[in-house]
Amino acid sequence: MDGSAHPVARHPLDAHAPDVVRVLRDDGTLDPANDPGLRSDEVLTLYRAMVRARLLDERLVLLQRQGRIGFHIGCKGEEASILGSAFAMRQNDWIFPCYREFAAALWRGMPLQRYVDNMFGNTNDPVKGRQMPDHYTWKTGKFGSVSSPIGTQITQAVGFAWAAKIRKEDAAVLVYFGDGATSSNEFHNGMNFAGVFKAPTVFFCRNNGWAISVPTERQTASETFAQKGIAYGVPGVRCDGNDLFAVVKVTRDAVARAARGEGPTIIEALTYRLEGHSTSDDPKAYRPEAGLDSWRRLDPIPRLRRYIERTTGWTDAQDKELEAELDAELKAAIAVAEKTALPALESMFEDVFGELPWHLQEQRDELLRGPRAKGHGH
Amino acid sequence: MPQMNMVQAINDALRHEMRRDNRVVVLGEDVGKVGGVFRVTQGLFDEFGDERVIDTPLSEGGIIGTAIGMALYGLVPVPEIQFSDFIFPAYDQIVSELAKYRYRSGGEYPAKLVIRTPTGGGIRGGHYHSQSPEAQFIHVAGLKVVCPSNPADAKGLLLASIRDPDPVLFFEPKRIYRAAKGEVPEGDHTVPLGKASVVRKGQHVTIVVWGAMLYEALDAANQAAAQGIDCEVIDLRTLWPLDIETIITSVKKTGRVVVVHEAPKSCGLGGEIVALINEKAFLHLEAPPKRVTGFDTPFPYTLEMEYLPLSHRILPAIIETARY
Repeated sequence: MDGSAHPVARHPLDAHAPDVVRVLRDDGTLDPANDPGLRSDEVLTLYRAMVRARLLDERLVLLQRQGRIGFHIGCKGEEASILGSAFAMRQNDWIFPCYREFAAALWRGMPLQRYVDNMFGNTNDPVKGRQMPDHYTWKTGKFGSVSSPIGTQITQAVGFAWAAKIRKEDAAVLVYFGDGATSSNEFHNGMNFAGVFKAPTVFFCRNNGWAISVPTERQTASETFAQKGIAYGVPGVRCDGNDLFAVVKVTRDAVARAARGEGPTIIEALTYRLEGHSTSDDPKAYRPEAGLDSWRRLDPIPRLRRYIERTTGWTDAQDKELEAELDAELKAAIAVAEKTALPALESMFEDVFGELPWHLQEQRDELLRGPRAKGHGH
Repeated sequence: MPQMNMVQAINDALRHEMRRDNRVVVLGEDVGKVGGVFRVTQGLFDEFGDERVIDTPLSEGGIIGTAIGMALYGLVPVPEIQFSDFIFPAYDQIVSELAKYRYRSGGEYPAKLVIRTPTGGGIRGGHYHSQSPEAQFIHVAGLKVVCPSNPADAKGLLLASIRDPDPVLFFEPKRIYRAAKGEVPEGDHTVPLGKASVVRKGQHVTIVVWGAMLYEALDAANQAAAQGIDCEVIDLRTLWPLDIETIITSVKKTGRVVVVHEAPKSCGLGGEIVALINEKAFLHLEAPPKRVTGFDTPFPYTLEMEYLPLSHRILPAIIETARY
């Protein structure tokens, strides 16, 4: 691929382009120029979180195929982008998610059990069974609420960051979105407002190559997504999104810039969606299997593993042990979630308003008088 | 009590609440230095500065999207949409996000803001400065909708809206911004949401109305009185959740009802009000409920006074209902 026809689409090679920040070399060593200086315990914790995300993705797809959960939307291949950026945020910073960042929610402390409860929509689900799987929330961890419309979280993240600035409180906001969302109204609005008001926002574009079936070259004629920042007065940077260290480096720089009052940054993380859009999608219909090989070679987990093997002597046995531990943890969470009651019928009417107005009281009472009210939840 | 028009009363409410609660911020197109195209926010910029009275880029979606983010942070934003006709770029943010935030987050993230927007026709504004889109915000779960008809209610309802836990669409009938005048209580003054006002007591026909059309309904009621028809006029004030009790009590007394609104007839709020009356007071009805409304056309420029449900269209409906 020489990139002349579809410059953005060439990004396996772009990962080697001079403007792309890259730290982790193929041999598992780090480029000292941009090394974020992670401690080895930090790297191992992140490796573990990445492996856990991968295992969750694989198991949850199986669970969906068995008909035990309705849906899953995963992050296979994008673990370094998601966990590296979440890791780089400070405790006082907030995260506004798209719908593909469960690993960031777990990183921010959402218990695995609550995430799995969300997959089952049971009464312990953080969103009380009101949304599809993978539409969770975790305010305790300063992690926002997932919705499905594309890009809506972008302007909200900017408003949130802007409010922190107005209140003179030190908090930056990391907002996730995909390459497809850069075509949305909200991307334009968010970038524009953030630029004008210098809202301390980190725009994190996971350029994973696809918006369901539509490739990046159908989203933009721009050479890169990062360069869209130029029009808004927002600095843009590209990084190898499958390189944990590069993601940490560029995100930390963006947070530091926001904290200094210099405003927003857009990061384009070059990564790849190794699976379909979600369990409702079959990528074979639009994406030739053959093209995936170059991306599989850039899979962020084996790349990081080479580093930890080199620096800590990590072994295959330790991988097996880790996988067994994570598998047991997940199996236990699934067993609990499957046995947990469904939300009570009346919960359908709660939280629409602060207090239940008369018309919802009437509708609730009608449902509770109905034939299916008895024995519900079992 | 001082005499004010609607513009002054709303301005007074905003100023009062911004002094009382430093979390309240105003943002929108032209709301800052110039004080809004209708001057509703005049003087607020000078008193509260550009971090609380914010001239934004020209993007309704951006205004509401960022206001939601501010609300999630803990501010109490009162964004202005310059005309309710221009609210639709923000419709996704209002309907899919703002209205759903508390529910979809299991109660973790209540998103509270009050969207102020001038509404309605009769100012020679054509289609894009005249519509009444209230029903389009009632049909989606999670929003409260308010429309005052006089200065005292405008102040009281706005303060109540700002202090309410839920997001509120606050429609300001621009035709009576300066025409409606009256005494407005100084200082703190709230009018509870969800409570209608019986503006005229009567025995024969109930008229349900809100906003600028209240004055047309009162005019028609006075003309009907000359013909021996005694109308009860209910100013809804809060359009959703509406005060069903006041409506049903009145209809049970009169057995006859006319609903008046500027918005198009089909799937308007009038249809919902009539359906509720049928459900709750069917056996008390002496005549088919009637609607006098805007037509199911785009809002016309030259013929706007024929489109609007003015008193000359309300009076025949009252007489027909009374004599059915």
